[in-house]
This record gives sequence, structure tokens and C-alpha cells, in this order.
Amino acid sequence: MSTLKETLWDPVAGFGVTFRTMFKKPVTEKYPFEKVPTAPRFHGRHQLNRWPDGLEKCVGCELCAWACPADAIYVEGASNTEDERFSPGERYGRVYQINYLRCILCGLCIEACPTRALTMTNEYELADDNRAALIYEKDDLLAPLLPGMLEPPHEMLISDDHHDYYRGKSLPIVETTSGPETAS
Amino acid sequence: MTVTEPNPTDTTPVELVTLTIDDVEVSVPKGTLVIRAAELIGTEIPRFCDHPLLAPVGACRQCLVEIPDAGNGRGMPKPQASCTIEVAPGMVVRTQVTSPVAEKAQEGMLEFLLANHPLDCPVCDKGGECPLQNQSLSHGASESRFIETKRLFPKPLPLSSNVLLDRERCVLCQRCTRFQSEIAGDPFIALLERGAQQQIGIAPDVPFGSYFSGNTIQICPVGALTSADYRFRSRPFDLISVPSVSEHDACGSAIRVDHRRGKVMRRLAGDDPEVNEEWITDKDRFAFTWSRQADRLTTPLVRNPATGELEPTSWPGALAVAARGLAAAAGKAVLTGGRLTVEDAYAYAKFARVALGTNNIDFRARPTSKEETEFLAAKVAGTPVDVTFADLERATAVVLVGLEPEDEAGTLFLRLRKASRQGVQVFALGTHTTRGLTKMNGTLVPTVPGQEAAALAELAVSPGTIILAGERLATIPGALSAVATKATESGARWAWVPRRAGDRSALDAGCLPNLLPGARPVASAEARADAAADWGVPSLPDEVGLDTDAIIAAAASGELGALVVAGVDVDDLADPALARDALRSVDFLVSLEVRASAVTALADVVLPVAPPVEKAGTFINWEGRQRPFHQVLIDAPALTDVRVLAGIAEELGRPIGIRTTAEAAAEWRELGPWDGKRIVFRGRKPAAAKTAAGKVVAGRVVLDTWKQLIDGGRLQDGADFLRQTAREPVLRASEATLTACGVQPGQRATLTGPSGSASFIAEAAFMPEGVVWAPTNSGVHLGAALGVAHGGRVSLTGGER
Ligand code: SF4
Ligand code: SF4
Ligand code: SF4
Ligand code: FES
Repeated sequence: MSTLKETLWDPVAGFGVTFRTMFKKPVTEKYPFEKVPTAPRFHGRHQLNRWPDGLEKCVGCELCAWACPADAIYVEGASNTEDERFSPGERYGRVYQINYLRCILCGLCIEACPTRALTMTNEYELADDNRAALIYEKDDLLAPLLPGMLEPPHEMLISDDHHDYYRGKSLPIVETTSGPETAS
Repeated sequence: MTVTEPNPTDTTPVELVTLTIDDVEVSVPKGTLVIRAAELIGTEIPRFCDHPLLAPVGACRQCLVEIPDAGNGRGMPKPQASCTIEVAPGMVVRTQVTSPVAEKAQEGMLEFLLANHPLDCPVCDKGGECPLQNQSLSHGASESRFIETKRLFPKPLPLSSNVLLDRERCVLCQRCTRFQSEIAGDPFIALLERGAQQQIGIAPDVPFGSYFSGNTIQICPVGALTSADYRFRSRPFDLISVPSVSEHDACGSAIRVDHRRGKVMRRLAGDDPEVNEEWITDKDRFAFTWSRQADRLTTPLVRNPATGELEPTSWPGALAVAARGLAAAAGKAVLTGGRLTVEDAYAYAKFARVALGTNNIDFRARPTSKEETEFLAAKVAGTPVDVTFADLERATAVVLVGLEPEDEAGTLFLRLRKASRQGVQVFALGTHTTRGLTKMNGTLVPTVPGQEAAALAELAVSPGTIILAGERLATIPGALSAVATKATESGARWAWVPRRAGDRSALDAGCLPNLLPGARPVASAEARADAAADWGVPSLPDEVGLDTDAIIAAAASGELGALVVAGVDVDDLADPALARDALRSVDFLVSLEVRASAVTALADVVLPVAPPVEKAGTFINWEGRQRPFHQVLIDAPALTDVRVLAGIAEELGRPIGIRTTAEAAAEWRELGPWDGKRIVFRGRKPAAAKTAAGKVVAGRVVLDTWKQLIDGGRLQDGADFLRQTAREPVLRASEATLTACGVQPGQRATLTGPSGSASFIAEAAFMPEGVVWAPTNSGVHLGAALGVAHGGRVSLTGGER
């Protein structure tokens, strides 16, 4: 048997919660009419980065493909030649595909990449109505050309020695204030 | 062949030495190195320079252990390199397992090695199968203390077009240089400079011209040596490895084929102590792209009678056309070529007899002779293993007749060189001291081609000798007879060493006009009845068939109505021009091929078949040893020769009863070797020594020729880096001969034969007079260009024609 409190008071208290909530700010997001920015380090669509002269950073090493627990990445490397250079050094990624039907956006590929060629953006709108559209090709993943960048193939513009690229030559020098470094 | 005598070395008792390693007592044969004694109790001491097949050097110092008692009651004051110390009775050894001193020493060594080693494992070819990586994890410090800039070298340094060196990765273990000088005998690379700048290097103007250079890549314990072909192509852990057997020569070398995504990425030497130990030739290693060239056949083709063009057809259609054409033809013959597995060869042998009803079948796609046919049938076919690789090391001497092992059987060459370093004398009956012979420390018995029989007869041969006869002897009258006679007279043993991987298989499978499978003589009614009973047919053709030369001649003259040709390179035949005529004039030509060739271009029906990587099978090497291998690319759709022949036979209404490789193997094994009377070999007399031999007569000289290891052969197509390491084709003759013919050494000279000429740079060599040597297929195929084979006469003139 229920007590007197349960019979009489509890329903009123319940409606009280409802009533109070009516005056609160709703938490529901109005996606897709309003797009809320993600957290800065949200794992979204991948990006294949470029050196400041537009050459690709990817060397076609396939480590990302190996790190991927979902087997979402397919890479085929090829050798740069004198007349067709896509990246500094010997090799570049000729074919690069990420299958977003498989990718779980875990970011293990980013950790694996030895050249920082592969990073993730905050873009999360990865849906479509057909399989082919969700297999992103190299063209879909390559970072846009920023001012000063040229579309490869072209020769190494920063230095003749590909090591200079990796050492960061000609990258803008970051001003650091003296004093203890703050953890980022 | 003579019966194998029990070898004395097999029975001598081994002297054992007892020592204590990590408190475990172990007895090992005297002379064992501590590092290997430790392996026996399950302790792996880390190492880089140590290799079981190379002499100990103690170069890397990674294998340090503590020796508190060296067997004489006194300990060694400092940790010792266990790879250079032999066990001693009563010795006490403490490895990293029980000794903190050894453990710290090993950790320290690794730290030293890593001081200058780049941490680029993620992009290094060796990453994943790297002894340095593995041992750093198992024995190294977990943190690096080295924060300074590492040593850098320009990379990669090409040692040859094939082998590239990344010097900063090198740990200076000298395995590569030791392999080259100890095993291959081609010391092109060496340690240069001193201190931190110490590095492996090569003279700037001398290319790394070794046929065995690829082995250094495999034994390099770090990623310092890489191959241009495989560099950055894939990683060890995404490859599927399948043990296999090389298809390039008759050694049957064990290899490991690594593939992924349906494509072979690289080949490595397999580990077979009985055959190739751990070494293979560069051809075995790098020449594997031939089967995926653009001219690979993928669908059956049938010639459209209206247009005269080959047109793609369905399998049933093509098989039906092939069967119809064969049924309608009057005389039929089969040329199988020397590249078949025993299963496929067996299918051809049975197909010819059962489906075509003929004994016109021959595997020899090269100049032959009646003498050779009889010799092979009587003395070689179906014989059990007699002379082995290991026997060569125990022989008193080895005599090479008509064989240049470095070019024609690379792994055999390595074993002979090993034997020669152990004191086995090598004699070669040839025209000049080749580089291979020099490396085997061999003695030349100067012999003009054609005079091999006489030279062999004169040679003093002791009973412990092994005579190795090459396939070039086929065309030298009396030479094979002389080998047999000499062996019987002197008690020496002998073996026939063909050039192609499938030669011995085809012979044992019965692809010879006078032989059924298992060395059953065609002429013997009992043997025929035996095979017929096994095959479930009432009878087999009883007439001895035509051999290669006769088949070509008969086809050219229109006596044969149909030819079935498997992998045959027309230029290799005795008379390429006549062979082309024959293929053109024969009414119906069926070609079973992997890639488009001169034969498929003329064929009426072309049936694509699988290359060795796409099928399983068994090669039989020169020893007679069966070398089975698995199918590497299991998803490949190509059909085997067995399956295709079975298809034609079924369409003909005379099925051969086998459809798969496994069925063919089972049936062939069940049939077994013939235990009845074999064909008797009636020795031939050598041709009467022509007065002209050894003289230049009117500018005409005797041609000595063989195929170099790396040449224009179709099985090397696509291996461009390998081809670039081929030896410069030169023509060699004695100075007197060159002068007599008006040729300047170093200048171009021209050889002219009945069908044309070929020119080479001339080189003076110490050779009998009136003889010239030139490579058979380096740049130009002499058979096709001159129309002359080994032992024939050509004219030699200066300049280019
Ligand atoms: S984010 Fe994770 S699942 Fe997606 S591609 Fe990278 S490794 Fe694979
Ligand atoms: S993205 Fe990075 S890890 Fe992936 S292939 Fe390119 S370089 Fe290698
Ligand atoms: S290249 Fe390799 S095998 Fe040769 S010395 Fe260096 S580490 Fe040793
Ligand atoms: S393995 Fe013993 S010193 Fe190199």
C-alpha cells in the first residue's frame, strides 16, 4: 500500500519539476540550422597537410594504414621523379583513400604518421547516401593551397636538401616569450 | 651412376666438450662457439656480426658475456665476445641471464650503436624484421640519453643500380663485406675511413658487379642495405610469406616469396642447408616481375580464319577449337620447353601418348643430339639422388665439363667455391679461366669446344672425383659418352647439370621421344604395357618419336600437321630460322604460354597458363631432388598446364584422367620409376679431331658460348635494376687469334655465321688459338643472329658490320 505522501504530494512535486524547467534555457542544439563549434581537439575528417611551398608531406609510408584498427585507410606509394615531384625526398603517396564508412575517428593514424602529414580537422559532417562518396580520395583530403603554395608536382622550392623541410626551414619563426614554458 | 659410398665424415664420432652456461651444464661438439652453445640451452645472446655461415670476426661486440672460468681455472678479466670464443672443457659462462655484468655490457653496446643510428624505424624497410630494433627492445635501455645531433650521410649511396646503402643506419658489423669476400668471392665493398666516419664503401669507378649482391641486403642486420626494387614498397608485417623454389636454374634453390594485394613484392633466400644454404643469386632474388608484364596472356585466343587475327575466346570455345584442330591433323608433336614442373611435364607426357597418340615429344628447347637423348634416357632419367650439393664439399676434386656454374647454376657455384675453400680442387674443361673459375681457385684444362671428349679422356681422375656435365655437351659428339666412360673407368661420380629449372622434371616425367614417365623405355613392350595399364588405355604408341630437331625439321617440311608448344623461346633452338619456318608452315599450332611470344604470334590457338607463382608444383633439381612448392598467389585465376591439357583431351574424347596438379603428382608418384630393363647407352666415339681445331683458318674460329646469368632472357623482363648489373658483353679470344683476324683488343669485332652477324667489344684473354668466346644472349641472341651454337664455326673480323 502506498503512503499518503506518495498518493498526494509526489504527483504535485513532479509537475513542479516540469513547471520549473519551462523557465530554463533549453540544452537542445538546433543542428543543422545552427552549428555549434566542436571542442578544439575534436576528431573530425582527416587532412593531408602540405609544406609551405605546396609539396605534400605524405611520403606514402602506409604507417597510418597499419595503425588503423578499422582498416579504413588504403595507401599506395610511388617514387618522385626528376620531372614529377609531389613531396620532398624519395617517395610520395600516389593513392590515398580513407573509407569513412569504416573509420571510427580514433586518431591512431595521426599518432602513427611520422611526417605529420595526416592530421584531423574538426569537420564532422561525414554522411552520405552512397558508399562511393564516403571513400575519400587524396583530392578530398589534401589541405587547401594557402597563399604561397603551388600545386604539385613541382620541384623543391624551399631548399634542395629535403632534410631542410623536416627541420622546418622557412617556416615562420614562432615568437616565444622568455620564461617558463606553459603546457599546451 | 655409381652407388653412394658411406662417407667417412658421417661416421667419425664427434668429440664433445662439456661446459657450464648460466649454471646449466651442456655438452657440445669441440670447436663450437659459445654463442651457439648458449643457443642449445635456449639462451639467445644478442648479436649483429655473427652469422653461422660466415667466419667469426667479433666486429660488433654486442654478444658480450662474462667468463668467470675459461676452463683453466682462471677467469677472463673483461666481458668477452661470445661469437669468437670456442668452448673449452670446464668453461663457465654467464650470459645476460645470470650476469649483471654481461647484461650491462650488452646494454652499453646497444647504446653505443644507437648513438649514431637514426631513429627512423617508421620509414625503414627493415622495421618489423630488424635485429637492431628487436634487440634494442629486448636488451637495450628503455630511454635514450643521446640528445646530440647524429651523424648524417647523403643517402642513399648506390652500391649498384640494385643495392642501395644508407650509411647512417650501418652498424659496421661487416656481414656484407664478409659475405662478398668469403662466400661470393666478389669483394667489391669494404670498410672505409676510421672512427665516427667509418663506413661501407665502394670504389667510385668499379661497379658492384657481383651476381650474389642481393644476399647482403638480406643478412644486413639493420636497414642499411636496401634494394632499389623493394625500397619503401611495403613493410615486413604486411607481407604474406610463402616458401617456394626458384624457377631460374636447375639448382632448386629455396626462396621465400613475399606478396601482398596479389602482387609479389620481393623474394628472399630460403634456408635449406642441403641445397642453397642461405644464399641465392640476384636473378633468383630480383627477377620475378616477368610474369606480370604487359604482354601477359589472360584469355584464350583463337585465330579468326577470316581476318587472320587472334581473337579472345571463351575457354570452352578455345579448347574445342584446339581439340578439333588436333583431331584433324595428320602428324602431331609436342615441344614442352624446360620450365615445367614435374606435374605439368607429366601431363604433357601423358597427353602426347594418350590424347595425341604419339611419342613425338621433347623438352629440350636447345640444340640436341641423338647421343644426348640416349644418354639422358639411359643414365639420368628417373635415377635417385646420387651426387648432392654436400657431396661436392667432400669430393677430392670436381671436374666441370661444358658447364660454367657461376652463370648457369649460381647456387652450385657458391657451393663449389665453398668446397674449393675447404681444399677441393676444381678443374674446368673450357677455353679460358673465367671469373667464376678464378674464384673457385680452379685449374683450367684448356679445351677447344668440340674436343671435350678427348680432353676428358686424357685427364687423370681419382675415384673421389665428381664430374659435372653441362647441357652444352649435347652437341659435342662423344662428350657425354666420355663422361660416362671416365666415371666407370676411374670410379668417379658424376651428375648432369642442366640449365633450366624444369629440365630434369620433364625428363623424369617422360617428355622425351624414347621415354615414358619414370624412365620407361618406349621401345620396351613391358614398359609400355605397364604404363598403359596404369593409365587405363589399351595400348600406347610403340614407335620411338621425333626429338626437338626432328620435330622442327618435320614440321618445316610439312610432315607434321599439328604442334603443341609450351614455353619455348624460338631463338634457343638449334636453328631459329628453320624453327620459325616450321611454326609458320605447320597447319595447326597450339601454344600454351604465360606471355605473348614468337610462338603465340604464329599460333592458331593460344591458351594462357599459370607462371610458377600462380601454381603449385615440383621442380626436380640437378641432383634429382624433388623441390615441391606451394601456390604463392592463391587468388590468381590462371589455369595450370595440367588443367588446360585435360580440357583439350576431354574435348578430343581421349581424357588423360588427371585435372589438377595434385592428381598429376599422385599419379606420377604411383607410377614410380621403372624397375625393368632400362635403355642401354651405347657410347659414341668422339668426332675425329679436325686438323683445323685450335687454328684460325681463313678468319674462321670455333665459337665457345653460354648464357650469362643476367642477360636478355625473358624471365628477367621487368627487372630493370637487375639488368643494369649485367656484365658488359665482350668477345674473348687470344691475342694471336685477334691479331690473325685483324681485331684490336678494346675495339669492336664482329662474328659472322650463316644467318648473320653480331658485334662485341673484343678482349684479349689467355685462350687456345682459333677459339672465340661470346655470351649467348647478352644484347644479341647468337643463336638467332649467327645461326651457330656452341662448338660451331664463325668468322671473326674487326670492326662493326
Ligand atoms: S581515425 Fe582511427 S579508424 Fe579512422 S582512419 Fe584513423 S586510425 Fe582508422
Ligand atoms: S599520411 Fe603519414 S603515415 Fe600515412 S602514408 Fe602518409 S606519411 Fe605515412
Ligand atoms: S651495411 Fe649492414 S651488413 Fe654491412 S656492415 Fe653495415 S650493418 Fe653490417
Ligand atoms: S656478434 Fe659477437 S661481436 Fe658481433
